[in-house]
Amino acid sequence: MTRWKLWLPLVLFAGFCALVAWPLIRPPSTDVHSQLIGKPLPQFALKPANSTLPGIATADFRDGKPRLLNVFASWCVPCAAEAPQLGELQRQGVEIVGIDLRDHPEDLAQFLQQNGNPFARIGADDIGAVQLGIGSSGVPETFVIDGKGVIRYQHIGDIRAEDVPMLLGKLKDAEA
Amino acid sequence: MIAELGLAALWLAAALALLQLVCGVMVVRRDDAALASVIRPLAVVQGALAALAFGALLLCFARFDLSVKLVAMNSRDAQPLIFQIAGTWGNHEGSMLMWVTIMSLAGALIALIERRVPERTMIATLATQAFVGLGFYAFLLIASNPFERLDPPAQQGLGLNPALQDIGLAYHPPTLYFGYVGLSVAFSFAVGALITRQVTPAFARAMRPWVLGAWIFLTLGITAGSYWAYYELGWGGWWFWDPTENASLMPWLAATALLHSVSVLAARDALRTWTIMLGVVAFSMSMVGTFLVRSGILTSVHAFAIDPERGAFILGLLALYVGSALVLFALRAGTVAEGERFAVTSREGALVVNNVVLCALLAIVLVGTLYPLVTEAYGVRVSVGPPYFTPVSALFFLPMLVVLAVGPLLRWRRDSLERIQRPLVLFFAIAVIALAGVWFNSSIGFLPLVGMALAAMLAVASFAPAQGRNLRRLPLAVWGMMIAHFGIAVALFGMAADSAFTVEKLVAAKEGDTVEIGPWLATLKTVEPVAGPNWTALEATLAVSYEGEPGKALRPQQRSFWAPAQKTSESALLTRWNGQLYTVLGDQAEDGRWQLRLWWKPFVTWIWYGGILIGLGGLLALIGRVGNDLKRRHAQVRIARRKRTAE
Amino acid sequence: MRLLLAFLALALAAPVIAQDSMPDAPYAYKQLEDPAQEAKAKALMETLRCLTCQGQSIADSDAKIAGDMRHQVRTRIKAGESPEAIRRWLMERYGDYISYKPELSETTWPLFALPLVLVLAGGLVLFGRFRRRA
Repeated sequence: MTRWKLWLPLVLFAGFCALVAWPLIRPPSTDVHSQLIGKPLPQFALKPANSTLPGIATADFRDGKPRLLNVFASWCVPCAAEAPQLGELQRQGVEIVGIDLRDHPEDLAQFLQQNGNPFARIGADDIGAVQLGIGSSGVPETFVIDGKGVIRYQHIGDIRAEDVPMLLGKLKDAEA
Repeated sequence: MIAELGLAALWLAAALALLQLVCGVMVVRRDDAALASVIRPLAVVQGALAALAFGALLLCFARFDLSVKLVAMNSRDAQPLIFQIAGTWGNHEGSMLMWVTIMSLAGALIALIERRVPERTMIATLATQAFVGLGFYAFLLIASNPFERLDPPAQQGLGLNPALQDIGLAYHPPTLYFGYVGLSVAFSFAVGALITRQVTPAFARAMRPWVLGAWIFLTLGITAGSYWAYYELGWGGWWFWDPTENASLMPWLAATALLHSVSVLAARDALRTWTIMLGVVAFSMSMVGTFLVRSGILTSVHAFAIDPERGAFILGLLALYVGSALVLFALRAGTVAEGERFAVTSREGALVVNNVVLCALLAIVLVGTLYPLVTEAYGVRVSVGPPYFTPVSALFFLPMLVVLAVGPLLRWRRDSLERIQRPLVLFFAIAVIALAGVWFNSSIGFLPLVGMALAAMLAVASFAPAQGRNLRRLPLAVWGMMIAHFGIAVALFGMAADSAFTVEKLVAAKEGDTVEIGPWLATLKTVEPVAGPNWTALEATLAVSYEGEPGKALRPQQRSFWAPAQKTSESALLTRWNGQLYTVLGDQAEDGRWQLRLWWKPFVTWIWYGGILIGLGGLLALIGRVGNDLKRRHAQVRIARRKRTAE
Repeated sequence: MRLLLAFLALALAAPVIAQDSMPDAPYAYKQLEDPAQEAKAKALMETLRCLTCQGQSIADSDAKIAGDMRHQVRTRIKAGESPEAIRRWLMERYGDYISYKPELSETTWPLFALPLVLVLAGGLVLFGRFRRRA
C-alpha cells in the first residue's frame, strides 16, 4: 500500500471533526422558514373567528396597503407575551390581521379581553389549512404582506419590544 | 457518606489509570520487568474501584438519597423500585459512569486472563485502555460529577422521564453500553499491536472473543431498543433511520466487519492492516454515536441527555483518541508486513467482499446521517430519511446475502465454484421458487419481494455448511455461524413481511362497537380509569379474536404521569407465532367515541427473533472459541509439566 | 433504537406544552374510504417530516400539526392529486426540510453520487487485491 493512502483515514476523520464542530460552536437555528417570501399569498378564505370582527380572504390584502398577518391562538403562551407589542404596532397605525389557529370562540373572546385586541380582522383556521398554506410551522408567527398581497417577511416566535422598529421598517420597505 | 465514598473511589480509579498509563509507556519504551509486573494488578484494582463507584451510585438511587443531586433530578419516591434503580443510568452522569465502569472492568478482565499475546503488546494494550479510560474519568470528574450533593437536600425528587419508565430502560442501555465499550478493548488491542508491530494470528485470537462479546451485546442491545421503540412510540414503527438509531447501527456494522476480518487473520494470517483499521473504526463509531446522541447537533426522537458543552468534551476525547490512533496507523501500518495471499474464489475472498460491503453500508449510514449538517453549513435545511436509507442500503445489503450464502461453503485460500455447483443450483432454485410463489400470491413491492426470496434462500443456505458432516462433531463456532446467518434470514423475512402485509385500521368507536382488522375481530368493551403507582390512566378493554378462535382481552392505556407531568400512550400487543396485533387508545371525540389505532402485523416479531438468533449464534461461537482456547492452554500446561518431570 | 426519549422532551415540552382542545382535523385520524387511495396517502405520509417534532414522520406523530398535515395529504389524495404533487406543494412552502426523500439538486447530489462512488471504490479495492494475486 502506498504511503499517502495510509493518511486517508486521518484526513476523513479530520473532515468529520470539522463538520460536527461547526454546529457545536454555532448552534444552528431550528426554525423552519417559509419558502413563500417574495411570493403572493395563496388563495384562501377564512370564516370570522368571532362575531365582532370580519374574517379574511386573500383579496383583502390587495388594496395597496402593507399589513401584518399574525398567526396566533388563545392557548399559546408566547402569543399573550407578544400582545403588548402588537398593541404598540397598532397604535402606530399598522393594520394587523389575525389567523386564529384551532381555537374556540369563547377562549378567543377571553384572550382578547385580557390582552387587548390589536386586530382588524380575525379568521379562524380550525384545521391549520391556511397555516400550512403560507408555510408557517408554529405559533406565534408574523408575516409582513405588501399592498399587492405578496409575502415580504416572516418573523418566527413572539415579537419582543426590540422587534417593533424592525417590523415597522419592514412595513415601510413593503410600501415601495 | 456513600456518595463521598463513590466519589473517592472514582478519583482513586482515575489516579490508578494514570499510573497504569505512565508505567505502560515506560515499559514499552524501555523494558523493565519490575514495572511491567505492576501493570496487570493496577488494571484489576482500577476496575474494582470503578465498580465500587458505580455500586455507590446504585445504592444512592436504591436508597432514594435526595441529598444527591442526580437522584433528586431523576427519581421520585412513588416510582417502582426497578425504575428507581434503572434510573441510575437513565441520565447523562449515571450512564457515563456506567460506561467508564464497564470499560475498566473490561480492562481488568484482559489483565486477568489474557496470556496469549506477547507481554509487551499486552502492556501497550493495557496502557491504551488506561489512556482511553482516563479521558472518561476526567469527563466525569470535571464536567459531570454524578455524586454532587444538594445542600439542603431536596424535599422531593423530580422523577424519571415517564417515557423511560419502562422495563426497556432496565436492559436496553446496559446491553448497548457493554457493546459500545467492549469495542474499546478491540481498539486497545489494535493500538497495542500497532505500537509493538505484532499483528499476528495469536493477536487476532486474543482479540476475537472481545469483538465477539461486544458484537453480541450490540446485536441484542439494538434488537431490544428497536422493540422498545416499537411498542413505546405507539405507531407500529420499529426502525426510523433516526440519527440515534443510526448511531447504534454504525458500530454494529463496523463490529460485524471486524468480526469477520479478525477470523481471517486468526485462521489464515491475512488482512493484517485491514483488521487493525477496523478495530480503530469500530470503537470510533461507538464514540461517534455517543457524541451524536448527546451533543444534540442532530434532532432525534430518541434524543438523550443533550448538552452541547458535554458534546464538545466528547468530541475532544474522540479527536484525541481516534486522531492519535489514526496517526499511529498512518506511521506504522506501512511497516506491517502484508499477510498471506488468497484467490477471489476462496473463503477469504468472500469475507473480503463481505467487509467491503459492510464498510459501504457504514459509509452510507454515516454520510446520510451527517448530510443535513453539510447543507446547513450552506444555510439549506434538508432531511434524509427512510426513502433514502432503505433503498440505498438494500442495494448493498441484498447482494451481500448472496455472498453470505456461498462464502461459508468455500475453502480457505483457493477454491472453485464448480466444486460447490450443486448447492449453488439449489440456492438459486429456492430463491426463484420463493420469488415466483410470493409474486403470484400477492401484489407486494419490489424490495419486500426480493427480501422474502433471499430470506428463503438464506434460511436453507445458512445450514448448508453442515451438509455431509457429523452434526455432533461440528464445532460450536460453526453452529454459531450457521445460527447467526439463519437469524439474518429470519429477521429479513420479518422486515419484508411487516412492510408488505401490515394492515392498519384507524377508527372512532363507541363501547360495544366491533372492528375488523385482517383476520381479527376487535370489540371495544369499556374505557375506564385505572391507577398505577405514579400515574393514572384511561384503559380500554378490547375483546379480540383471531379467525373465530376463543377471544382474548387487550388493554391499551393513555397514561398521565404526575411527576413529571406527562402523558404517554401505552400500546397493548397480542403476539401469535405469525404476527402481532397492536392496539393503541387515542383521544375521545366530542361525540363520545374513542379513537382506536389498530395494526395487524404479520410476522413482525420475526425481526426480533432474528436479532436474538444472531446474538445466540454469536454466543455459541464465543463459547466454542473460548472453550477451545482453554483446552489448548490446558494441553500446553500439561506438556510443560510432563517435560519438567522428564527432566 | 429509542435510546431514551429523554430530557429534550422534558425541557422543551414544559414551555410549549400549551395545546389546543379543538377536535382534530377530520382526516387526521381517519383513513380514506378507498384502500388504494389510503395506501398512497400512507406511503406519502411516511416520507413527510413533522414540523414540530424531533425527527418523526407525520405518519408516526401525535402532534397537532402532524394531524393537520395528514388531513391535507388525505383530502388532496381524495381529490385526485398525485402524491408527488402534494410533496411539491409542501416543499414550495417549507423547502427540502419537509421531505425525508431528498430530491436530486445542487445541494444533495453527493448523496446520490455516494453509492456509485462506493461501488467503484469497492470494486477497485477488490480488483486491486485480487489482480496482484492472479
